[in-house]
Amino acid sequence: MEDKTTIVVQSGDMDKLYSALIISNGSLAMGMEVSLYFTFWGLLRLKKGGLNKGPLSKMNFLSLGRRMILSRMKKNNVASLDHLLDDFKELGGRIIACEMTMGIMGIQRSDLREDLIDEYGAVGTYIKEARDSNITLFI
Amino acid sequence: MAEIHINVTGENCPVPLVETRKAVKKAQPGDIIEITGSNSASKKEIPMAAAALKLKVVSIEETDGIWKIKIEK
Repeated sequence: MEDKTTIVVQSGDMDKLYSALIISNGSLAMGMEVSLYFTFWGLLRLKKGGLNKGPLSKMNFLSLGRRMILSRMKKNNVASLDHLLDDFKELGGRIIACEMTMGIMGIQRSDLREDLIDEYGAVGTYIKEARDSNITLFI
Repeated sequence: MAEIHINVTGENCPVPLVETRKAVKKAQPGDIIEITGSNSASKKEIPMAAAALKLKVVSIEETDGIWKIKIEK
């Protein structure tokens, strides 16, 4: 068992991506390794220009609720998704992109932010990471 | 041995923890890292992170809602 956090980022919702990145950065800050496995709707957030396009998982109200939450986050000085992702990479977090999702959704590697992605893999890659992790989450 | 100062006053979770980790990574053994901040959760959690990283917490002080934590690498 390694001191490691592995998270499946299946949701593309903005608030859930916040949860995934905050838990990841907390893990890295406390000396753990982290792998994020982006699949399905989550993978869309790794498309060029896609990071901030996610809706709110509840009370989105045609993005009105989303805008309200974003403004409250700003007031509370919560870091942006871009800031969290920069910190994640700086502290050595790894990102795996799901190849099956790329096939289903017709996403090419060149559509994704390839600079952020450490590996392209399928379920075996996730299991290999997760079986050695003491924290695994599905978000 | 250097003393490194980082200021995360006004920053919210998880930024103080992350900035502490970045400073620890850059520091040399024996260096003192002093973190100044205002987020109350971080005041509890930076010592937890220090313990997880097997670093010594030298001191924790707070005046008027601003805390200072010193960690030795």
